[in-house]
Amino acid sequence: MLKGKISARRRAYILTMRVLMWASATLTAGLVLFLFVYILANGLPHVTWELLSTKPSYLEDRIGILPDILNTVYIVLATLVFVLPIGVGAAIYLTEYAKNKRVVGVIEYAAETLSGIPSIIYGLVGMLLFSNNFGTSLLAGALTLVIMNLPTVMRTAQESLKTVPQSYREGAFGLGAGKWRTVRTVVLPGCVDGIITGCILSVGRIIGESAALLFTAGFAHALNGVFEGLTSSGATLTVALYVYAKEEGEFGVAFAIAAILLILTLLINLSATLTGRYFAKRRNI
Amino acid sequence: MKKRLLENIVHGVFLILGLITVGCVLLITVYLVVSGIPAIREIGLTDFLFGREWEPTGDDPKYGILPFILTSVYGTAGAMVIGVPVGFFTAVFLSKAAGGKLRTAVGSAVDLLAGIPSVIYGLVGMLVLVPAIREIFDVPDGASLLAAIIVLAVMILPNIIKVSITALDAVPKEYEDASLALGATPTETFFRVSVPAAKSGIAAAVALGVGRAIGEAMAVIMVAGNVANMPSLFESVRFLTTAVASEMAYSSPGSLHREALFSIALVLFLFIMLINAALNFFLKRRKGE
Repeated sequence: MLKGKISARRRAYILTMRVLMWASATLTAGLVLFLFVYILANGLPHVTWELLSTKPSYLEDRIGILPDILNTVYIVLATLVFVLPIGVGAAIYLTEYAKNKRVVGVIEYAAETLSGIPSIIYGLVGMLLFSNNFGTSLLAGALTLVIMNLPTVMRTAQESLKTVPQSYREGAFGLGAGKWRTVRTVVLPGCVDGIITGCILSVGRIIGESAALLFTAGFAHALNGVFEGLTSSGATLTVALYVYAKEEGEFGVAFAIAAILLILTLLINLSATLTGRYFAKRRNI
Repeated sequence: MKKRLLENIVHGVFLILGLITVGCVLLITVYLVVSGIPAIREIGLTDFLFGREWEPTGDDPKYGILPFILTSVYGTAGAMVIGVPVGFFTAVFLSKAAGGKLRTAVGSAVDLLAGIPSVIYGLVGMLVLVPAIREIFDVPDGASLLAAIIVLAVMILPNIIKVSITALDAVPKEYEDASLALGATPTETFFRVSVPAAKSGIAAAVALGVGRAIGEAMAVIMVAGNVANMPSLFESVRFLTTAVASEMAYSSPGSLHREALFSIALVLFLFIMLINAALNFFLKRRKGE
């Protein structure tokens, strides 16, 4: 019915735009599919129990990535221990305490700036600030990542603090609670979802980070316990991937790590979606 | 009285936690400036910025970073030329044209693309893209500016798509309804009404993409070849980021060479600050709309 009324020029425009839209979306989706299949097909065959459970040994001529897995776990834990209190505390200050608009503006602008700085610059500054003072170590890497992830944790916590109804706070004040008691018992429990989301996003970023860790955490493959590990140099999975692929030409191992990282990324995205859905449902009740 | 004291202490603690962010930004800026200035002073600003040769380890060391600056600019521009149109049309498709299930499926694919660590892009680029470029264009080595551009274009796609979708989703439905009621087809409405209404948000998405492309180091270092040539599509090149990343490990501490690397980082930082300012400008304008 419409076709008769639309001029040929308009029809050409519509057709072009539709083709471009479908082509672009297909390209994007195809790209993801290709990466996914290619990495898993090349990586999974190399993921063996021996690779996962041993450390590299020249004597036995084998490569194991257990130290790298543990280093990744250590650095994730160490970073979260620092970044959560700072990020959530900053968010609480911004939404609950700050009265001066200019201070809020400055802090928010600083967070925006931090999130725009590329990781290689974090790596350099982390090297100057931390590694030069107490050595190239996982802890130096973790502290660098704390600065990097601060804006993410702060923003997600802030978003969910804003959804805590004002009436809850008023209720607590009305019952005679002080500000701190209100924050501790009413506001904080209300922003658990933001804290969890911030955690998940940060874990994703920490696992994927490499440029910031190269000069701060180094690339040793020694097998260590937590405290020993934090004070000594060590490669995370991503750094190990880089070293194996670029410096040593061990593409099999590199692909195995890539496959593991890809699956981790998938799990992280999935858990972020699921927590978001879970808390949205709980809130609606 | 005691309660008042506690409240004040808690307030102070939260204030300090809030100001840590500001402190970090200041610390980073100060450290970069302080460690970046000495080498620029010694080399001379024009020789440093516009020198065409970088030979820090030669007998007559030269510290010109024009090749890096131009490579970063061209590389980013190239990535935008490929990535922005694809990202833009995908975003319009997902925000407006795609139905529920398709949107969720492609949307989570885009999320996955955003979450993939940059070294994986580097690895795939190294083993798929670089040989492919060597074969197709019949050049001796596929590790080139072109390879870096393609990898960067893929890496900025999710940023552009996600931010554009947010902007497009926020367009009031009344605008679109009015356009449809006046006889425009849905496709015309998307591109002639929704897109112009979301243009600040889309501009912010592009600025974000530029920031990510110019700051990416690890994926680029794996595919660009890392020779300090003036930029050319099929030549092995070095970006500002990769110059820092590839030489930091073997430059000796305290040498002019290492200090020059810090100066490169300072130049990169200035670029990023400029892009951030543009980004903030677009975001502010979006809020105003």
